Amino acid sequence: MTTADTPQGGALSRIGSAGAMQKMLAFGSLVLLLVGFSLASPQFMQVSNIIAILQATSVNGVLAVAVTLVIITGGIDLSVGTMMTFCAVISGVVLTYWGLPLPFGVLAAIGAGAFCGLCSGTFVAKLKIPPFIATLGMMLILKGLALVISGTRPIYFNDTPGFDLISRGSLIGWVFPSLPIPNGVLILFLVALLVAYILGRTVLGRYTFALGSNEEAVRLSGVNVDAWKIGIYALSGAIVGVAGILIASRLNSAQPALGLGYELEAIAAVVIGGTSLSGGRGTVLGTVIGALIMAVLTNGLRILSVAQEWQTVVTGAIIILAVYADQARRRKG
Amino acid sequence: MSVTPLISMRNIDKRFPGVHALKGVSFELLPGEVHALMGENGAGKSTLMKILSGIYPRDGGEILVGGTPAEIDSPRAAQSHGLAIIHQELALMNDLTVAQNIFIGREPRLSFGRLDEKALNRNARDIFAKLNLHLDPKTQVGTLTIARQQLVEIAKALSFKSRVLVMDEPTAALNDREIDELFIIIRQLKAEGVGIVYISHKMDELKRIADRVTVMRDGATVGTVSAADTPVSEIIRMMVGRELGAETVDIPDLAAAPPLLEVRGLTRGRAVRDVSFSVRQGEILGFAGLMGAGRTEVARAIFGADRKNGGEILVHGKALTIRSPADAVAAGIGYLSEDRKHFGLALGMDVKDNVALATMTDFVSRVGAINDARMRATARTFIDRLRIRTPSERQEVRFLSGGNQQKVVIAKWLLRNCDILIFDEPTRGIDVGAKSEIYRLLTDLAAEGRAIIVISSELPEVLRLSHRIAVMCEGRLTGILPGGPGTTQEDIMDLATRRAPAMEPAFPPPPTPETRAPR
Ligand SMILES: Nc1ncnc2c1ncn2[C@@H]1O[C@H](COP(=O)(O)OP(=O)(O)OP(=O)(O)O)[C@@H](O)[C@H]1O
Ligand SMILES: [Mg+2]
Repeated sequence: MTTADTPQGGALSRIGSAGAMQKMLAFGSLVLLLVGFSLASPQFMQVSNIIAILQATSVNGVLAVAVTLVIITGGIDLSVGTMMTFCAVISGVVLTYWGLPLPFGVLAAIGAGAFCGLCSGTFVAKLKIPPFIATLGMMLILKGLALVISGTRPIYFNDTPGFDLISRGSLIGWVFPSLPIPNGVLILFLVALLVAYILGRTVLGRYTFALGSNEEAVRLSGVNVDAWKIGIYALSGAIVGVAGILIASRLNSAQPALGLGYELEAIAAVVIGGTSLSGGRGTVLGTVIGALIMAVLTNGLRILSVAQEWQTVVTGAIIILAVYADQARRRKG
Repeated sequence: MSVTPLISMRNIDKRFPGVHALKGVSFELLPGEVHALMGENGAGKSTLMKILSGIYPRDGGEILVGGTPAEIDSPRAAQSHGLAIIHQELALMNDLTVAQNIFIGREPRLSFGRLDEKALNRNARDIFAKLNLHLDPKTQVGTLTIARQQLVEIAKALSFKSRVLVMDEPTAALNDREIDELFIIIRQLKAEGVGIVYISHKMDELKRIADRVTVMRDGATVGTVSAADTPVSEIIRMMVGRELGAETVDIPDLAAAPPLLEVRGLTRGRAVRDVSFSVRQGEILGFAGLMGAGRTEVARAIFGADRKNGGEILVHGKALTIRSPADAVAAGIGYLSEDRKHFGLALGMDVKDNVALATMTDFVSRVGAINDARMRATARTFIDRLRIRTPSERQEVRFLSGGNQQKVVIAKWLLRNCDILIFDEPTRGIDVGAKSEIYRLLTDLAAEGRAIIVISSELPEVLRLSHRIAVMCEGRLTGILPGGPGTTQEDIMDLATRRAPAMEPAFPPPPTPETRAPR
C-alpha cells in the first residue's frame, strides 16, 4: 500500500535504536573511568593492574552474559550465583573424589549448569511460575545442594594438574610473551562471541528477543514457545557452568559457601550494559562493557584507597545512574 | 451448492466462566468470497474466529476444512490447514523488525539453526512489492504508527499463502486511503480464490467489499444474507433486534454560553503548530483530519500528557499551567485516549475497579477503607446505562470484547464528572447500536453544560455529533466549520488536505497564519 513514507529506513533506525545508544553511553563511561583513574593514580595503568581488572571481569562477565539471555526473554535469573558454585562443586566431585581426567570435570560442570537451567526453564514455561520466584527457589535449592554434596567443606583440585591454568594460565602470553592475558579473559571473550552470534544469527536468538517483546504474539504465530524458552534457560545454565569452572580454577578449589551475591553483580552488569529488564532488548557487548565498568570501578576505588564500604555505595549509585540515563534518553526520543 | 466450502463450522459451542459465548453457531466460507461477520460488541465474532484458528478449544460442534473434518487445536495446526488470522488486538513484537515479525516461526534457516537474514529481508520485500507497500523490512515495528503496524499484520497473514484469511476489524485504525488500498488487495486475493472472513463495525464497508453477510447476536447466528441485495437498515435490524432512527445533529444556540476551554497558540514541535480554538459550555466541538494530522497531539498537550513548546490554556477564562494529567484532571479536564489498551484500562482488574479508577477517593469511607458495595452499585449503573456486555461488574476487563472495553473507559470518565471532556476516537471498534447510544450520551453530556471535544476519523460521525467542526492538517488548524446539514464531507476533506504551500519536511513552515474560515 502506498502511504506517504517517512525516511525511517534501516540504517538510521538501527543506529538510533535503544540498545546501540545505551552501549555507546556505557562505552563512553568506561573510557571516562579509565582516563579518570589513570590520571588520579599512576599505578592504575600498569600492565599488572590491567590484568587484575580483566581477571576480575572474567567470572562476573561470563555470569552476566548468561543472565543477559534470560533477561532479554523478559525473565530474570536469581540463581546464577549459587548455580555457579553448584557447578564448581560438581566438577570437584568428578575430578577430586572420583579422580576422572580434567575434561570430564569441565563437561560435568557445564552439563550440571545446563540441567539446572532446564529445571528453571521448565518451572517458568510449563508450570507458569514467575521467573523471579522460580529462580529464587532454585537459588536456595542449589545453595543447599552445594553444601550437602561437598559436606560443607571446600574441595581442592591439587590432584588435578593444570586445573588452575584454565583460568590463570595464559595461552596468549605463551604465544605473545608481551601480552600475558589470562585464559579466563580469553574464555569470557569466546563465550561472549558465541552468545552474541547465537543472539544475532540463530533461530534461538531470534526467539529470545521475540519472547521478551511480545510472548503472546509469538505463541499466536505458531511457535512452540515453551520448548524454546526452556532451551534458552538451559543454554544460560550451561554458560553458568563455564563460570563455575572459571571460579574453581581461579581459587583452585570449589568453595561451597561462596556464590550468593554474584547474581546481583551479574544483573547489575547487564543493566549497566543497556539491556532492558522488561525484555526484548539487549546486547552481549553491552553486558561485557557493563561487567568491565564494575571491575574498573572496584579496582580504581581500591587503588585510590577508598574504603570497601564506600565502594559498594558507589557501585549502587552507578547502577541507578546508568538506568536513569537510559530512561531519560528514551523519554526524549 | 456445487462448490465445496473452504470452511464449514457447524453447531460450534463455547463457554467461558460465566459466559455462554457461542450457542451452536454455524458458519460457512466459500472459495473466492468475502464473507462479512457482523454483530454487536460481545456477540461472539472474535471468539468464533479464535476457535477456527486454534486459539480456543471448542466445547461442541465440528469444523470441516475443504469438506473433511479437521482438528484445529493450535495456531500451528491452523497454519498447516492454510488458515491465517489478523487479530483484533495487534499481535506484533515491537522490538523486532518488520521482516522478522512477518516470518516469526518460519524464518529461512541455514544449517545448525542459523538464520538466513538476507533471504528473510528479500522475502519480506517480495511480499511488500506484491502488495504495493512501501516499507523497509529492517524497520523496527515499535517505531511504526498503529496504521502501519496493521499493514504489517496484513502482510504477515498474506505471507502464509493461505486459502482462508480472517480479518478481525482490520480497518479500525486505517484512514480512508489505506482502506482503499486494503480493499484492492482483498479483491486481488479474492480473484485468486482465497476465502476471506471480514469482521467490521463499519457498515459502509459491507456494500463495498462483502459478498455475503452473516449476522450474530448474543452468541447465535441470526442469519446469512447477500450483501448486495440486503439493505443496510435490514442488517442493522438483524444485529440489534430493532430499528435505529437516522438522527441528525441538533445544534443549540450557544451565543450566550461562556467559553469553558480556550486554547491559544498551542505548539508542540512539528506535530502541533500554533493551534487556537475555544469550546463553549454545552458545545460539542468535533476535530476532523487525516490520520497523523496532529489531533491526538493537541489533546495530549492540553491534557498535560506531553510537554508543550508554547501556548496558553484557559479554563473558565483563567489561564492555567497544566504540566501533568493530574493538573488537567484537577482543572476538570478528562481525556479518553484512542489507545485504550495502553492508556485507558488496567486490563487485569475488574470492571468495577476500572470504572472507579479515576475517582477512587470518592469511594473511600471515613475510616479509609474502600466502600466496595457502593463501588459495585455505581459500576452496575454504568453497565446498564452503556449496556456493557459482561457477566458481572466483577469480571476482569481483559475478558471483555474489544467494544465493551471501550465502554468501560467511557464509564470511567463519565463518573469522574469533568467539565471538559476530550474523546479521542470514542467509537473505534464499537457496534452501531452502541454507537448511537454513545452519540446520545455525548449530546446529553453537552446539554448538561459540559464542553465536549470529539476527535474522530469517521466523517459521518463528526457530522452527526459536532456543533462546530475544527479541521486539522499537518499540525495546523486549517479551519473551523459550522456543524449541521450545511457542511458536507467534501468541505471537511478540502480543509483536511490543505497543506501549507511550501511544506517541505526540511524547512520550517511559512509564517503566514492560515485563514480560519470555511472557503
Ligand atoms: N477469554 C475469555 N474469558 C471469558 N470471557 C470471554 C473471553 N473471551 C471472550 N469472552 C466473552 O465472550 C463474549 C464474546 O466475545 P467476543 O470477543 O467474541 O465478541 P466480539 O463479537 O468479537 O465483540 P467486539 O465487536 O467487541 O470485538 C463476550 O461476552 C466476552 O466477554
Ligand atoms: Mg472482537
